[in-house]
Amino acid sequence: YAPPGTTSQQQRIEKILVANRGEIACRIMRTAKRLGIRTVAVYSDADKDSLHVKSADEAVHIGPPPARLSYLNGSSIVEAAVRTGAQAVHPGYGFLSESSEFAQLVEDRGLTFIGPPASAIRDMGDKSASKRIMGAAGVPLVPGYHGSEQDVEIMRLEADKIGYPILIKPTHGGGGKGMRIVQSPNEFVDSFLGAQREAAASFGINTILLEKYITQPRHIEVQIFGDKFGNVLHLYERDCSVQRRHQKIIEEAPAPCVTDEFRTHLGQAAVSAAKAVGYHNAGTVEFIVDTKTGHFYFMEMNTRLQVEHPVTEMIVGQDLVEWQIRVANGEPLPISQDLVPLSGHAFEARIYAENVPKGFLPATGVLHHYHPVPPSSTVRVETGVEQGDVVSMHYDPMIAKLVVWGENRAAALVKLKDCLLKFQVAGLPTNINFLQKLANHKAFEEGNVETHFIEHHKDDLFVDPNNKVIYEDAYSAARLGAKLVAACLCEKERSAMKESHSGDPSLLPIWCTHPPFRVNHHAQRTMEFECENEYESSSSKPLMLSITYHPDGNYFIQHQQIGENDAHILEVKASNLGNDNFIVEADGLTMNVSLAVYTKGQIKHIHIWHGPHHHHFRQKLGLDLSDEDETQHKTSFETTSHPPGTVVAPMAGLVVKVLVENGAKVEAGQPVLVLEAMKMEHVVKATSGGVVEGLKVSAGQQVSDGSVLFRVKVSHFEFGSWN
Amino acid sequence: NLAPCLIANPIHHLQTKRFSIGILPDGVNRSSDNFVQNSDAMERLLSDLQSHINKVLAGGGETAVKRNRSRYKLLPRERIDRLLDPGSSFLELSQLAGHELYEDPLPSGGIITGIGPVHGRLCMFVANDPTVKGGTYYPITIKKHLRAQEIAAQCKLPCVYLVDSGGAFLPKQAEVFPDKENFGRIFYNQATLSAQGIPQIALVLGSCTAGGAYIPAMADESVMVKGNGTIFLAGPPLVKAATGEEVSAEDLGGATVHCKTSGVSDYFAQDEMHGLALGRNIVKNLHLAGKQGMLSSSPPANLEFKEPLYDVKELRSIAPVDHKQQFDVRSVIARIVDGSEFDEFKKLYGTTLVTGFARICGQPVGILGNNGILFNESALKGTHFIELCSQRNIPLVFLQNITGFMVGSRSEANGIAKSGAKLVMAVSCAKVPKVTIMIGGSFGAGNYAMCGRAFNPNFLFLWPNSRISVMGGAQAAGVLSQIEGANKKRQGIQWTSEEEEKFKAKVMEAYEREGNPYYSTARLWDDGIIDPADTRKIVGLCISASMNGPLEDTKYGVFRM
Repeated sequence: YAPPGTTSQQQRIEKILVANRGEIACRIMRTAKRLGIRTVAVYSDADKDSLHVKSADEAVHIGPPPARLSYLNGSSIVEAAVRTGAQAVHPGYGFLSESSEFAQLVEDRGLTFIGPPASAIRDMGDKSASKRIMGAAGVPLVPGYHGSEQDVEIMRLEADKIGYPILIKPTHGGGGKGMRIVQSPNEFVDSFLGAQREAAASFGINTILLEKYITQPRHIEVQIFGDKFGNVLHLYERDCSVQRRHQKIIEEAPAPCVTDEFRTHLGQAAVSAAKAVGYHNAGTVEFIVDTKTGHFYFMEMNTRLQVEHPVTEMIVGQDLVEWQIRVANGEPLPISQDLVPLSGHAFEARIYAENVPKGFLPATGVLHHYHPVPPSSTVRVETGVEQGDVVSMHYDPMIAKLVVWGENRAAALVKLKDCLLKFQVAGLPTNINFLQKLANHKAFEEGNVETHFIEHHKDDLFVDPNNKVIYEDAYSAARLGAKLVAACLCEKERSAMKESHSGDPSLLPIWCTHPPFRVNHHAQRTMEFECENEYESSSSKPLMLSITYHPDGNYFIQHQQIGENDAHILEVKASNLGNDNFIVEADGLTMNVSLAVYTKGQIKHIHIWHGPHHHHFRQKLGLDLSDEDETQHKTSFETTSHPPGTVVAPMAGLVVKVLVENGAKVEAGQPVLVLEAMKMEHVVKATSGGVVEGLKVSAGQQVSDGSVLFRVKVSHFEFGSWN
Repeated sequence: NLAPCLIANPIHHLQTKRFSIGILPDGVNRSSDNFVQNSDAMERLLSDLQSHINKVLAGGGETAVKRNRSRYKLLPRERIDRLLDPGSSFLELSQLAGHELYEDPLPSGGIITGIGPVHGRLCMFVANDPTVKGGTYYPITIKKHLRAQEIAAQCKLPCVYLVDSGGAFLPKQAEVFPDKENFGRIFYNQATLSAQGIPQIALVLGSCTAGGAYIPAMADESVMVKGNGTIFLAGPPLVKAATGEEVSAEDLGGATVHCKTSGVSDYFAQDEMHGLALGRNIVKNLHLAGKQGMLSSSPPANLEFKEPLYDVKELRSIAPVDHKQQFDVRSVIARIVDGSEFDEFKKLYGTTLVTGFARICGQPVGILGNNGILFNESALKGTHFIELCSQRNIPLVFLQNITGFMVGSRSEANGIAKSGAKLVMAVSCAKVPKVTIMIGGSFGAGNYAMCGRAFNPNFLFLWPNSRISVMGGAQAAGVLSQIEGANKKRQGIQWTSEEEEKFKAKVMEAYEREGNPYYSTARLWDDGIIDPADTRKIVGLCISASMNGPLEDTKYGVFRM
């Protein structure tokens, strides 16, 4: 432990301001609380009632929802720390965590920045500078251009020298924002300019670097830790290869299919990298591993605690936030390199609010139902939200991190799959289903991960709606799901009725016995659902179910479909366990079933988790009782249809650029406008060739999800010219 | 240390010895031949019943149902299901009305009636079946409609009319139009029920032509469905014939016209589901709960109640195939009342009539059940018991299995007519709810004394094995053949014994046909044929519906002493 005297001069941290939000803020506060350290949260208007605010001892409002006016506003955050008497600021990840100016500002006000020295952030933050330093320190680098010359023509020449494919990358920031892969020289200019714009919007600095793009790489990173005495050690590596949109979704530690020797080399390289910039506190050195050659190259160093740090914590049995605080307190590292344990295997799956079939577009909405798996010594759920919270467009759409540990990779994977099955989120689209497919993929099970994993296995991971066999399987599973939903809803109704009539003498409960009585026949009812199939856009046909109440209390459920032969009557026995949990017996199979029911507009949404399945159904509610006569009554489903050629906003966002004007002739796929949401740019393209009409939005305008942006009218002149 | 205490307690001791007061014994010998024969016979009767019921549940046939669906209309029972509180019970009445009554089948008499809760408030539903003869009113349709209104008046039930009817069935206009209990009575009842504060609600879900137009027009509140609902005194063809005006049904009497211009209807519904939802809302807004006098003054019912100790399904094995065979009505009572607990009144006196107190689904009832021919004593005992119950506002349940009053010189000399009259007076005047179930024979004055149809029981149901006639077929054949024989003799005509037997057989055949429960139920002499196993359930629902309104005080006429 620390030699006496080293820490006594410095006052120990008793109160921390956490300059962040969401799960990481909650996670930091948890450790602080365990150590007896009080916490201060900061929040924007959008987060007034959020979990991280409730978790803190005190909370300070710092501004409106946009991050640049709140969580990126360094001076007001430091002001909040001073005002509340916090001695230290923990930046978390993202936001200001890698701003050397912020770190400097914190230190200048006499507060402790729980993180690396500002100089190290600066050195590593500039990706070109960091590569120069690493090169000098003997850390291997990917061939590329890291110069200061930013002229697009010169950059193009540099790209030609390196050879395609090329990776365009902003020198600042991280998280994949602004990155572009360019396959051929003619795409270079567009991509380069786009990357510049996105970098400017996200990080305020638009310098770009170029690198050779390794086609089948693995992303392996090493967790390092340094103290203020010059000691640096590593806590092994993490494999973060499985990514979409250049963002990680499943991480694991240690990396699969890696020899001890490789591991040692990698660790040593990472330690050298850290030492080269005089690093202390937590950091991650990212390497790119060429699976074809087995070479590894330094990519960048993240001078912060990372999103995926829990997988490291799970295998080394340490609390990295506690280490961060100790180091910030001026204590030496608690253990030496050879004492760092390596035990078992851990996975982290990031659960996002996103629209997987729409290219993983971020989604927004209300978490109407949120039941994460219960935590245990081997299962961690890092979350910053609660049921009923809103996932807004202002911040990262991550809902939770699911972290599991097992004695080895196979054991951990079994647990991961199980937890994903039981992780219940309803109200907005999530990637849980997709994560399940990933975790169950044979190549993933074998540890054959690489950064293009999703692209390479897309045929297995995404359902092709034209595949008849898969479609039929999915349809019959959905039909079963609907039948179980019907039984559970009847049972739920029964419990509700029992409650509402208990103690009500006006109506004898004998009119509400179960099953409902009918003279000389069985009571029957029908229910109609529409299956919300995430891989089918709109053409899902309604499921008509007829439910017969059998005298013994069971439900006989039959699917009625015109032109379809499903005479099978399913006998279902359902018992309500409360809180929308049921025990259901159907076809001799007894299982636990969970339901989530909520209403959005005129639509009732019902989610069911049964066995390995999760289905989402919509049910039309009765019309509202307004009597607008003469108005053509339309169901909600019908109103969503638009004339052909109409382009709607794929998500809520801000229009940053409109590239063409009304009446402009466009070709299919030509960019028409650029939307920004969740700090990422999305180019909205023309769906077909023709003339742009009805374009009403302009730059700086906010649009909502599904709103009409413009319409492409097929030009008849073009048809004529072909003749 | 509690155990010796308990044993020392004599009541507990009695209970453990199964001598406990009021609990009826099983009373059924499951291994007897009778049990098996009765079960088999009842099974056949029930499967017959089920096949008739299945026919009427299908409505007016596939084509008509399909046409109905193509107009986005539900069938009448489905409409009622959507109006009822989800998952609640529905007491449907006279399902087999019109059974083999006319040349063409008329399933359920072309109209569905029954009682069920809407927003916790019991309502009487009257729903035309447009798939049956276009929902037109046959004589039996009118009778069923009026019966529903009669029950509504008796039980103070808000009426919900689901109108989809072409009006009177014109070929039978003479039988449906002019008389007191004909078409006009429907509107007369609507007016007088409304005057009594019993809400009248009409949902116009289809056409509503001619006389039918008055159903929504006479209603307190009405809903019309756009497109399907039309109200007019004369349809477009008649208008064209009368005035030459050419107009579409929708423009002549559609929802827009009547909700916007004429004011004949009050709520405009976009479609049928919307219309039904509006109907539910109207009931929600009745706020009868707050209305003084509409609340029941009955003794409070127990919300928690025990089921009978014995299987209700065994009621299917109790009633004998042969009406001459007696069975102990207590074995029926034991399968109807809560916990099989029956506190018998005057058990040792007038033993051919069983009387006593019990609860059905928590509701107190007084039960009268036949255990043989009515004698002087039994009639007096019944009178006494009815007086007790009406004094205490306890509803009465009659379990009819009666061949009649005792005949013969001794009986007449003892004034059996006088004793019978006392019982009939008590039955007639008692203002407590009365429910009659015919579980066996119902013959002669026995039918009257045990609250037959003429004595206005709130509800009357039949078991499939029951028989109703002025006397038994064999007795009638005997009487008639004696008279006929005497006639022939006077005219000097020789009557051979074969001829006499033929004559008797004809009479017996007619009595058998007309005494059959289907003959009765087709003509609405009752409210339906039921499975004996449902007796407890149905009596429970009937009592509950009957106790919906306040009870009137009973006043008797002059008892002949």
